[in-house]
Parts: sequence; structure tokens; C-alpha cells
Amino acid sequence: MSSLRHLPMVALVGNPNTGKSTLFNALTGLRQRVGNYPGVTVARKSGQCDCGEGVKVELIDLPGLYSLSAASPDEQIVIDVLSGHVAQERRPEAIVVVADATNLLRNLFIASQLAELGLPMAIVLNQADVAEKQGLKIDTDLLSKRLGGIPVVLTSAWKGEGISQVRKAIATVLKQKTLMTQMVWPVELKEAFGKIAEKVQTDTRQTPLVASLQRLLFDTAPNAAERLHWPIHQREGVIREARDQVRRAGYNPLAAEPLIHYAHLRKILDGVVSGGLARALRSAAVDRILLHRVAGPFIFTSIMLGLFASVFWLAKFPMEWIQAGVDALKGVAAPALVQYPMLQSLIADGVIAGVGAFLVFLPQILILFFFIGILEDSGYMARAAFIMDRLFSWCGLNGKSFVPLLSGFACAIPGLLSTRTIEDPKARLATAFAVPFMSCSARFPVYALMCAAFIGPLYGPGWESIVMVGMHLIGLLFAVPTAFVLTRFVLRIRPQPFVLELPRYQLPKPRDVLWRMWQNAAEFISKAGTVIFAITIIVWALCYFPQNTQLADKIRAENPTLSANEVQLRAQAAGIEQSWMGRFGKAVQPIFDPCGFDWKITVGVLASFPAREVIVSTLGITYSIGQDAEADSQDLRQAMQQAKWTEGERVGKPIFSLAAVLALMVFFALCSQCGPTIATLAQESGGWKWAAASFFYMTFLAWVMAVIVYQVVIRLT
Amino acid sequence: MTPLSQLLPGQYGKLVSLSPERAVDQRLMALGLLPGMVLKLVRRAPLGDPIAVEFGGQTVSLRMAEAESLWVDVAADCPIQKPKSTL
Repeated sequence: MSSLRHLPMVALVGNPNTGKSTLFNALTGLRQRVGNYPGVTVARKSGQCDCGEGVKVELIDLPGLYSLSAASPDEQIVIDVLSGHVAQERRPEAIVVVADATNLLRNLFIASQLAELGLPMAIVLNQADVAEKQGLKIDTDLLSKRLGGIPVVLTSAWKGEGISQVRKAIATVLKQKTLMTQMVWPVELKEAFGKIAEKVQTDTRQTPLVASLQRLLFDTAPNAAERLHWPIHQREGVIREARDQVRRAGYNPLAAEPLIHYAHLRKILDGVVSGGLARALRSAAVDRILLHRVAGPFIFTSIMLGLFASVFWLAKFPMEWIQAGVDALKGVAAPALVQYPMLQSLIADGVIAGVGAFLVFLPQILILFFFIGILEDSGYMARAAFIMDRLFSWCGLNGKSFVPLLSGFACAIPGLLSTRTIEDPKARLATAFAVPFMSCSARFPVYALMCAAFIGPLYGPGWESIVMVGMHLIGLLFAVPTAFVLTRFVLRIRPQPFVLELPRYQLPKPRDVLWRMWQNAAEFISKAGTVIFAITIIVWALCYFPQNTQLADKIRAENPTLSANEVQLRAQAAGIEQSWMGRFGKAVQPIFDPCGFDWKITVGVLASFPAREVIVSTLGITYSIGQDAEADSQDLRQAMQQAKWTEGERVGKPIFSLAAVLALMVFFALCSQCGPTIATLAQESGGWKWAAASFFYMTFLAWVMAVIVYQVVIRLT
Repeated sequence: MTPLSQLLPGQYGKLVSLSPERAVDQRLMALGLLPGMVLKLVRRAPLGDPIAVEFGGQTVSLRMAEAESLWVDVAADCPIQKPKSTL
């Protein structure tokens, strides 16, 4: 799609749960592009909207918000965009406020605040069908007249009703540039704004918008002043003075804004809305069941089990198909390139494997976001958070951390992507930090191999299962204190109060759900996908170069009795040993020596960076079993059971002692040895800082715990 | 006066005061919870916290620790205002 920059830009703004995204999808017909605002993790969604009569606009869907108070990054970005303070972003020419027709008073609060920005405005009263069912009658003409003649349109985006009127309204607003009538502030407040404006002008030589003056006067957060580059020592005095003036007029300066706006809106709406029930009674009835003290948690558990089973089990089938497709492609490409061994390996083990490395996550991402779409659009997600919040609030997370953490047990990638359902940036980042600790299904083959080869044969199936369960719990054990310390002492982000609207229940709209699935998957492929691909190629190169083509000949000459297959397997093992990866593994092995890892395990750990389960095939190569070795390979188990130290003080002793096996499993349970996780964490936290922090923290923690386990167990056995 | 968190499920109260310097209270004021407003504690979460509070035609989840600064006058069987009368 070509750039939309030549079109006039119009912003869609409104409270959460107003059906704003549904309206946006209906208006743009899915001709959308998704990006990020520079420097923050707030998504920028825009699309082309055809308003008829040759008028086309770029419509941007700004994050849902209740007020302009700049308490959260979402709120800040809305203010910045609407006042033209975002780099590489134009200032919108008009605002379309989406309001829930069943609760006009609250929904018009934001409109009343937005009126201060001096941009032309139209108001869409969405969910008109529900309002009608509740018996509410809204006089849109009267409302329009009282708001200064701006277009006021009744729609039901869910049913697709009134969409063309919205298009017309946008065209009208752009043509007539009608402003919403601004509220008349009490004279004392006007004077307070004036005082601040004067001081801003002398200090910074800028003429601030009225809206910025209000943010300076009413907000406790210093964001507005920072936008104006107005230092604290210059502003402190005048803001205190202005607030004192507001106080003398009988208002608490921190409460004046909502008090005055709401009083004003009550007058505006008098006679506009008539009739109506107390509220959506049906939702209250559903809540009596879904939030019931006994039935509620039971239903919650069932839904979450279904979600987990789908992400964990159902996704396995398409994942196997993708794997089969990748293998088939390799099977076609490899023979065709047999004359060029390096190119053959690059295409098969580098490029094709690299594409497979991120495609394989798609089924889990799509399935999880299908569920999240339904849970969010139906209104149940807020209830799920309500039920679970108590379990998470004490360690700085909140009820919305549950779905990401649960998904993490299947795979950290969809888990990390789903943290975007958490509004509070602090809890979101802490949850993203905790997700990779959850024991994902890629760790399973490692546990399975170790347990089947060593724990089971030596101590019986009972201990095997105990160790298995223990390994799945150990990550959780460390994730919780990590989140606690992170939110308490490390993250310097203002926590958001956990005030969560429990919205009206609604049937999800299939188009919205499918579209969200696709958008999240597409964003993952274009951002994290490219990084995962690059990691795979780099690790391939490290394991491939420098290539010694004489290895096979040398082995054949030394052992003339070996079969061709054996020679090839041994050449592979010798090849990885003298590759950069092998040399690097041997060089850093002393670091892992206290955990009982020899160079082969070290290389396995390092080479599994593109995907954890790769350690099994890497061990397959280094033990001359071949790279197709699986966790249940008898040959690999035997080779590992027989492996002995060949030098140092432990010479002749088995490498895979109980201590080393446990240490290796603990290491894998805690380490961040997963390139895709780091790439996704970088994508979700808006930079490499937190991804790097997570990597080093988890690796260090894993190493420390592995050393402790090895050193303790080796002394006990 | 009682803290909001002390209301029983189903009980109504009239908001007397809140603490505008707290981020929670600012968020609630933006939602239209202002002194004089009638509200209802709808229910507690199964684990006792948070609580669901209804006011001005909406239901909102609030943590007990965050609701402690909200003081209400308990009105035993005060019916919640209809949207029309709150407008």
C-alpha cells in the first residue's frame, strides 16, 4: 500500500470498550498499516478511509483512554499526537470522538477535554443498538446544537449500521472545520491558566496550547512541562501560585478539572438523553454466574485449560506440518546443490532452517490471539483479571499477567506477545521478564533426554516424574521473586492504579478477532522474525566455518574398516569440534566447568541459541549419532551414558554424573538460551535494553544455580 | 462515614470524599466518581480482593488497598440512580 501522507489525517479517539476498533475496521475496510510510535511501545494503527465525494483521509486509531491526564504512555501519546508533538507524525486535522451511547456522560468527558485542543471535531455515538434496547432515546440534533454544531452521528459499528454517516461526518468536519464549543472555565481558573502561559512564554519563548496549560496546572506528572522543556526551578513557583489561586476559588486543584467538566456536561446532556433502564441488566446476571464465588473460579479454570490445551496441543499439528514442509524443502534443495557443499549447507541448514525457525511459532501465536480476541472482545478478559488479581498483585503484577504466564508454559513467544493486553507499563514489563522463566515445551526434550537416559535407569520412573515436575516448577519459583524485586526496586516507571472497567458482555465480531490474530502474527514476522532468521544464519556459520574438506578422507585413511555412513558421522563430529563454535565452546568450557559441563555440552548449550531443543541434535552430532537424533534415541542415550572425561582430575569418570545431569537440567530451566525469546522481548519492550538485561540476568542465575546443584550433588554422591 | 472497602456486597453508599492526589482517585474522578455520587459495592472477587463497584452506569474493579481513601455514607437500601437522574 502506498503512503498515506498525502491525505489529510483524522484521529479516532475514545474510551476503551466503545467499539472504536470495530468502527475503525469498518471505516478502513482493513486497508491498514501497523507500526510503533518512536521510542514507546504504543502501536500506531492507521488506514485509508474513503469519505465519498472524492474525499479520502488517513484515519489513525489512537489508544483508548478515559482522560488526558497523561498518567500512562497511552494517554501521553494521544496528547502528543493531537498537539503535534510526535516526531515524523503530522498533527491531525480533525478528531472523531467515539462514545458509548449507553453512557454518554462519562464518554463525553474526554470529548470535553479534547475540545480545548482547538481541532475540528465530530462525535460518533456508537452501540446505538444497545442503547435502543435499554430504552434510551438520544436527541442528536439537540446535542449537536449544544456542542456548537459539530456533527453527531448514531452508529452501531458491530452491526455495520451508520458507517456511511460517519464517513459523511468526517468529510463535513474537514470542510467546515467546526469546533466543539469549549467549556467556560470559572474566572479564577482562567486567570491561573493566564499566569502559567505568561511564565511559559518568558521562560521558553513558546506559546503553549490551552490544553498544555491545563495539563501543567492539573497534572501531578511532569510530562507537559517536559514537552515544553520547562525546567522545574522555573515552573515550580508559578504552578504553586496558580494552584493556590484555584484553591482560593474553592476547588482542590487536583479535582477541579473533572468536577468542572462533569458539571458542564450534565448541563449539556440535560434533555438530550431520556428513558432507559438502570443499566445493562443482562451483564449483571451473567456476572452473577461467571464471577460467583465457587462457579466463577471453576469456569475460569475450564476456559484457561482450554486455552492452554489449544496453544500447547492443538498448535502441535500445524507446527509439525511446518516442520515437515521445511524438511521437504531441504530434501529438494540439498540434492540439487550437492556439487556445492557450502551452498548446500547454507541453504538447507541456514536459510530454510532460519525461515522455519520463526514460521514454527505462527500456529501458537495465531491460536493464542484467537482466544485473546474472543476473551477481550466478549468482555471476559476483564473478569478473568478480576478473579486472578489477588494472586498477582502482591508481587507487582496484576490479574492480566495470568494469560501471558500461562501461555509461557507452552512457549515464551506467544506469552510475550500477549503481555500487550496489560495496560500498566510497569506490570507489563515485569510480566514480560517473568514469562521466559516458565518452563516452555522446548525445554521438554532436554528434560526428557536426561531423565530417560540417567534418572530413570538409575532411580526408577518415580524419581523420573518427580524430577520432571520439579523442573517445571523451578522457573516459577524464580520468576515470582524476580517480578517482586523488579517492580519494587528496579523499574522506575510510575505504576498505574488497577482500575479496570468490567465492560458489558458482547458477542465478539469474527472479523475483528481474525484481524487481530493476523496483525499480531504479521508484526511478529516482520520484527522478531527477521532477527530470528539472522540468529539462525549466524549460528549456522559459526558451526560450519572454518570447513575442512579433508576431514572425511583423514578419518577414512585412519580407520579403513568404517562404513561410509560412519565416516560421515565422525567427520560431522570432527567438523563441529574444529568450527568456530567448537573452538569457542572449548575456550569458554572452563566457565561451565564448575557446573560439570564438558566441551560437548558447552557447545550444545551455545549452539542451541536459535532454539532450545537444538541441543539434542547438537549432542547427536558431537557424539557421532547424526543430527537427526531425537530425545528418545537409544544410540544417543548409550553414547552419553558411556561418555567419560578424557583429561583433568575427573579423567575416566562419567561426564553425565547425577550431579551434571541435574545441573544441566537446572541450567536449561533457568537460562535464556533462546534467540527468539530475546528477539520478541526486544520487540515488545521497545528496544534491546531489557532484552539484554533479561538475557544476562537469566544466564547468570542459571549458571549460579547449576554450579550450586553440581557442587552440592557431587559431594553427596 | 465508612471506607468504601468496608461495604457489604449489595450495599449502597454515597461518596463523601476521596484523595485527589492519589493516582487511583484521579482515574476514578475521570470516570465520573465525584463526591455526592451514589455507588454500590456489587461483589468481591472470589479471593476477597479486588471489589467490583458500580456507579454512573458502569462497573469497575478496584483493589481494596486502592479503595481505602474513598469514604462513603452508607445508605442501607438506597437505589442506585438511574442514568437519567445522574445526567
